[in-house]
Amino acid sequence: MVETLHLYCRYIGVSVRGQMQYRASFVLMSIGQLFATGMEFLGIWALFYRFGSLVGWSLPEIALFYGMIHCAFAFADGFGRGFDVFPSMVKSGDFDRLLVRPRSTVFQVAARDLQLMRVGRLAQGLLVLLWAVGALGITWTVPLVGLLLAAIAGAACFFVGLFVLQATLSFWTIETLEICNTLTYGGVETAEFPLSIYRTWFRWFFTLVVPLACANYYPGLAILGRPDPCGAPAFISWLAPLCGPLFLGASMLVWRAGVRHYTSTGS
Amino acid sequence: MAAVTVEDLVKTFRVAERQPGTLGALRGVVRRRHRTVHALEGVSFELQPGELVGYIGPNGAGKSTTVKILSGILVPDSGRCEVLGRIPWRERVANARDIGVVFGQRTQLWWDLPVVESFELLRDIYAVPHERFRAARAELVELLDIGPLMDTPVRQLSLGQRMRCDLVASLLHSPKMLYLDEPTIGLDAVSKLAVREFIRRLNRERGVTIILTTHDMDDIEALCSRVIVIGSGRILSDGPLEALRARVTTERRLIVDLADGAGPFESVGAEVVMREGARVHLRFDPARVSAPELIARITNGNAIRDLIVENPPIEEVIARLYGEADR
Amino acid sequence: MRGYASFLAARMRVLLQYRAAALAGFGTQLFWGLIRVMIFEAFYRSSTAAQPMTMDEVRSYIWLGQAMLILVMWGPDTDLRDMIRTGGVAYELLRPLDVYWVWFTRCLAQRTIPLLFRAVPMFLVAGLFLGLQAPPSPGSAVAWLGATLAAILMSAAFATLISLSLLWTISGEGMCRILPVVCWVLSGLIVPLPLYPDWAQHVIMALPFRGLADTPFRLYIGHIPASESVPAIAHQLVWTSAMVVIGRLMLARGLRRVVVQGG
Repeated sequence: MVETLHLYCRYIGVSVRGQMQYRASFVLMSIGQLFATGMEFLGIWALFYRFGSLVGWSLPEIALFYGMIHCAFAFADGFGRGFDVFPSMVKSGDFDRLLVRPRSTVFQVAARDLQLMRVGRLAQGLLVLLWAVGALGITWTVPLVGLLLAAIAGAACFFVGLFVLQATLSFWTIETLEICNTLTYGGVETAEFPLSIYRTWFRWFFTLVVPLACANYYPGLAILGRPDPCGAPAFISWLAPLCGPLFLGASMLVWRAGVRHYTSTGS
Repeated sequence: MAAVTVEDLVKTFRVAERQPGTLGALRGVVRRRHRTVHALEGVSFELQPGELVGYIGPNGAGKSTTVKILSGILVPDSGRCEVLGRIPWRERVANARDIGVVFGQRTQLWWDLPVVESFELLRDIYAVPHERFRAARAELVELLDIGPLMDTPVRQLSLGQRMRCDLVASLLHSPKMLYLDEPTIGLDAVSKLAVREFIRRLNRERGVTIILTTHDMDDIEALCSRVIVIGSGRILSDGPLEALRARVTTERRLIVDLADGAGPFESVGAEVVMREGARVHLRFDPARVSAPELIARITNGNAIRDLIVENPPIEEVIARLYGEADR
Repeated sequence: MRGYASFLAARMRVLLQYRAAALAGFGTQLFWGLIRVMIFEAFYRSSTAAQPMTMDEVRSYIWLGQAMLILVMWGPDTDLRDMIRTGGVAYELLRPLDVYWVWFTRCLAQRTIPLLFRAVPMFLVAGLFLGLQAPPSPGSAVAWLGATLAAILMSAAFATLISLSLLWTISGEGMCRILPVVCWVLSGLIVPLPLYPDWAQHVIMALPFRGLADTPFRLYIGHIPASESVPAIAHQLVWTSAMVVIGRLMLARGLRRVVVQGG
């Protein structure tokens, strides 16, 4: 276990050093990403400026949800990048190289790349989150802080799980399926707002089929001290962060099935 | 105990067919057509520890499929396969510890890293104890003379240099089995010789069992005492190189350098294969006319400057063997 | 001319092969459109005050945005980027063609074909099921078409500019990341431009980016009446011409730079 962690750090070190070689480019790209993702919030601010409130939710409350999901996605996107580029690996046959090595394939793919640039999204997510915390005036207790951190970590696991599923699909088809981008980037967009504002069927989909609601909505409710307008019981908020790791575990099982399929049909 | 046992391996693939033209592309949107490729149709052979075997065949014959199955990347449809006492695809990780693989066209080193760092990363991946790693690396680096290259990023290496580094990389964990897929492809003459010499020494001095897949017949002639020929998914020949040659043809070649203009050769009992100015290549069957007798007949009617008797080029032998397989 | 036709045909064939991707891209856009519509619906529910646009107008605006999305999506032309990086751009100078217009035509082609592929199904689906309404008058429809043509030209000019920026910074990452985002915001694809604060409207309306999306969309839904279409389209064309001029200047200086460095 320790040895695997050590190896992971080695891999990451390689990736980071490679990116640091192009330092100017990295800084530019990070700043660029900060702006690119931050523009979203600009739009939200403009709409609040005009409309005043969103079905009873205030801008700082939205900012909390926004900050949570963007921080989580930044972590997931930064660490899980290996899965993002995985389809090209299958196409080029480089996956065979991984199979010939005495290590788990998931590990090798996950360790391949750590995208430092994602710090741009993380930075703007943190800024928005910190502003929200300041503007909301919540009395922070230890459990609440823990819930916030656990929620972000859990949401990151959830997104990595989506990345793994997306990568697994490339075992079955050469074509890149954008439907996964829909769920990841679309999921981030959706979760910027509390799920209660969306239509009913949409809400159900993102609670039961794809557990996006557990990523930031339910924990956010507990942090804000608001009951769910849709009537979910309060304890769900505290269980929600577990969803992400469970989802990730399930997606790893699907990955294994994918590898089995690959080794029996070749490419 | 045999190092590698392969029995009746069968493997088929379903390949999606791309239909030509715009109309075909539109049709392809609605329904995909598939074609079945029979990559392996009952392949069997056995390797003893320490053998150096050439595995040759035309493109699409099933060479890479076999090697993939042996390295645990692919699962066959049926048949038995054991490498060093394990079933490769069932115990992928354990099998991976004992094998080394070199793909001619693709490097396993990290593109942007200096060679030495790739080696260290591999050491950690294969969990090689530090002492053993240091010893192995020192020896291999010296054998393949890549000392001066250690700090160069892989992307800056020439093809020959990269191949030598890849060879070292594949052996850092002292595997017992080595699969070499086209290791000399695209290399300059000097590098080819260095690689060949290295492979020979590796096999002879360390007893590493090696399967060499290649299209380069010089590699085969230089290195392999045993050659397995595969064509269309079946083993066509398995045995010493000489036996292969003899099986396809007993004929031999006579190359004559004439002192002056070429005389007619029809009556000597040999067939003219090629003329290059004053040099004539003849093909003859030693059963019908022996070499000394043929030489006598030729020197009788012509002034000779020089002559050589040799075996037909191995490419021709193999080509005929493939041709037989198609029939 | 035939060369261009066969080039287009070949690209179409490539596009057809990635059938699942084509479908899924459409699905993604439906999803995005739906989210945006729902968000705006929620906002409109939250206030009874009069707004510069009605919810129906906003809905049509959003779906038009999804249909025309490609006009606002830019990455650097990867072929051009590789060409510049490897120095092959020198070959461009050897051809007996005006380099700028060749690059411009490339950007144009890269926009028109996918645009048709995406816009037609989007119009059908959004029009039939999702509340995209038809233009209120034939005049509006004509005005919209004209504005769309102008928008395509402007988009190509912008994309050419972005590609040209690669002549300066080989990675080109900075400009390529920031400019598309700025454009994204200021063209109306995040929030319909009239809904931005009133004090910002002057600046927003003066900038070129509205010509990419906002102008044709609002002509379509009649928010800008057909009678006022001429100044709107003129705005688009003036800015497009300006960008062409800037682009040509950039190209001249940029090529000189590349050649001098011995690329």
